[in-house]
Amino acid sequence: MDSDGVWAEAPHATSLPFRRKKVFLLQETVAPIDDLLAPWTGQHGALIPILQQVQERYGYLPGSAVEQIARFLKLSPSEVYGVLTFYAQFRLTPPGETTVKVCQGTACHVRGAKRILEEVESVLNVKAGGTTEDRKYSLERIACFGACSLAPVMVIGSSVYGRLTTQKARKMLKQ
Amino acid sequence: MAGLAISGDRPGHMGPANTMAAAQPPTFGVLKAKSLALWEQLRASQKPRIILGMGTCGIAAGANHVEAAVRESLAKYGVDADIEAVGCIGTCYAEPLMDVVMPGQPRVSYGSVTPEMADKIVRDHVVGGQPLADLAMAVVGGDTVHGIPRFQDLAVMRSQRRVALRHCGLIDPTSIHQYIANDGYSALHRVLTQLTPEQVIGEVKRSGLRGRGGAGFPTGLKWEFCHKEPGPTKYMICNADEGDPGAFMDRSVLEGDPHTVLEGLAIAAYAIGASQGYIYCRAEYPLAILRLKKAIARAEEYGLLGDHIFGTDFSFHIKIKEGAGAFVCGEETAMIASIEGKRGMPRSRPPFPAQSGLWGKPTTINNVETLASVPAILVNGPEWYAAMGTEKSKGAKTFALTGKIKQPGLIEVPLGITLREVVYDIGGGIVGDKRFKAAQSGGPSGGCIPASALDLPIDFENLTRIGAIMGSGGLVVMDEDTCMVDVARFFLSFVQAESCGKCTPCRLGTKQMLDTLVRITEGKGEPEDIDSLLELGEAVKAGSLCALGGTAPNPVLSTIRYFRAEYEAHVVDKRCPAGVCRPLLHFEIDPEKCTGCMVCLRNCPSEAISGGKRVVHTIDPAKCSKCGTCYELCKFDAVIKS
Repeated sequence: MDSDGVWAEAPHATSLPFRRKKVFLLQETVAPIDDLLAPWTGQHGALIPILQQVQERYGYLPGSAVEQIARFLKLSPSEVYGVLTFYAQFRLTPPGETTVKVCQGTACHVRGAKRILEEVESVLNVKAGGTTEDRKYSLERIACFGACSLAPVMVIGSSVYGRLTTQKARKMLKQ
Repeated sequence: MAGLAISGDRPGHMGPANTMAAAQPPTFGVLKAKSLALWEQLRASQKPRIILGMGTCGIAAGANHVEAAVRESLAKYGVDADIEAVGCIGTCYAEPLMDVVMPGQPRVSYGSVTPEMADKIVRDHVVGGQPLADLAMAVVGGDTVHGIPRFQDLAVMRSQRRVALRHCGLIDPTSIHQYIANDGYSALHRVLTQLTPEQVIGEVKRSGLRGRGGAGFPTGLKWEFCHKEPGPTKYMICNADEGDPGAFMDRSVLEGDPHTVLEGLAIAAYAIGASQGYIYCRAEYPLAILRLKKAIARAEEYGLLGDHIFGTDFSFHIKIKEGAGAFVCGEETAMIASIEGKRGMPRSRPPFPAQSGLWGKPTTINNVETLASVPAILVNGPEWYAAMGTEKSKGAKTFALTGKIKQPGLIEVPLGITLREVVYDIGGGIVGDKRFKAAQSGGPSGGCIPASALDLPIDFENLTRIGAIMGSGGLVVMDEDTCMVDVARFFLSFVQAESCGKCTPCRLGTKQMLDTLVRITEGKGEPEDIDSLLELGEAVKAGSLCALGGTAPNPVLSTIRYFRAEYEAHVVDKRCPAGVCRPLLHFEIDPEKCTGCMVCLRNCPSEAISGGKRVVHTIDPAKCSKCGTCYELCKFDAVIKS
């Protein structure tokens, strides 16, 4: 937790370009999830879909929710933590209002995706894996969108933009 | 096939509730007859039809803007037309695609459509009745229009043979009737009502179909192993966790023809004796998941999935499992662990999934493309499929052709085709007519195919022999401006991050290899680094349980094998011949050519360029971040990269 007592965003680890380190928020509100859990009573293989549903509701996985899930599935919280940190999808801190994802797949890479990412980092003034100070934007780098024929590609919110140049990326972000 | 799209199932349109009083769905014969009638009715439609390519890539290329423009133009000219959305036809380079079918006329396809073009097409073709020969890309279907080539005669299509992609872009993926009208669910019907599981396995074996997900294991044999296992409970899984960066064929099939995957999955389940199926789809494909969910609901509604399909004893239910972002889950045992709600870590085999898989029960996992090929094989016969391909690699394979290529797209070609045909005939050659350097095949598990192998027939055996693999079929074309050391570093950084960490050689070995490659690309490499990469790579391959570790070093090993001189240039001369590795680059401005236009000066992110209006600019090497912006922007070729 940083000094003003709000967020503890994991520092971007340069050696792990596709993954973020994950730490819990230390201070947060209670997240009621009983209604999400109930339909999974007695079903096996429920952990990952439950985590996905909770994240869909809150945008991230609040620590209290993780504890409730563990109790519900009769697992230890550390087991749940072990699973959620294994998968790149799950986050323990809230994302910004809009998530910008810049594809760093093979086709995008050979067509200059690194330059696009740098441009986006400089426009938003945030490093990949982080969230802007005003919590408006989260920036992520992802491995592949499967829109390779339009490389390089980025996704703002749920809109996909292809055939990017650094100038075009800048223009898209300004809009 | 007829190759015409008709609009999606309308609510209440031909639903079983409308046709039958009871909850009993119609028999297959009735259903098929009605689907064919609907198909004919739409082919004979008296309304103009406008068909838009609305796959993820079409939308990314601006299909939504084209759709808006079309609607606006139709309103402006006061014309009534049906607007239909289809999946990707594979000519991604020409997205967004817009097709026009006038009553009684052939389907004309326009490529790279802008909103302005869309207005013109509506005005001249839809309202005026005149196809625009200068703008049209092709005529789809068997018909001809003077001055416009037929789709199948285009260079990009001529050598293709479409099996898994046979419906993509041609039928409306949200309409079960269009699928049924084009032989859909006929194979499942035949299998359930006429064939024993052993006969189904026999036909698939005779077709020579091998797994399209990467390893190329014979599909019929895989089914047979699971079929022979005793026990009432077995599971059938469709692997739709297309994790290889650079591959998107599974996404295209799921988005463009979801029912064929369901049908293939049901046939496989019948063959092995499973009544529960799972589709494990990566969460990065929201449109594919949406289409699958709708397709499953529709198939259940018509009794094509669910209990007692076609009144037989065979029941089959499908659940979708969304992946959560872990590349290793494409590996069979890791995928099983993930479906069970655990960390997706592979385990040692035996026992193989066919003996003890999901929840400890016999399980078969097949890839999307494999399953999509199955109904076509059972409709057209195993001999039809086996007639394509080479001796040991039968049939057709999809490739996602991307990178520095003029016409990137999704193709399906008979195995045995040469890379030269793929790159130059289908792909149209290299962007800017530069020199072909290599094609990277098989993603992070694969290797490079060098120019010397351009004429080698592509099949499983040949690719393995030259150190690449077929893999899922990602084919990234690279030209002289691509640095092979940088490519190897790129793949290593991917697999290193995605290593699950179970096997030490993979977890630590890939990290060491990556560190070495980073050092080399930063100009801090030593000559002995190259041999230590080779040695370490072999150790990682030998010491890892699953295919991730077993193939992770391939991109490094194959680039060293074919491009060792490039590695040596980095470590000995501290030079990147392709001009990619930034720490090894140097930018300066040619005072003879610089006009002092200020473009580079204004755009330099590190403010390293000085000078003024009509004053020759100079770059301060101490400030220069070597980003290359000036080099890209200069219109006078005054920036020299060395």
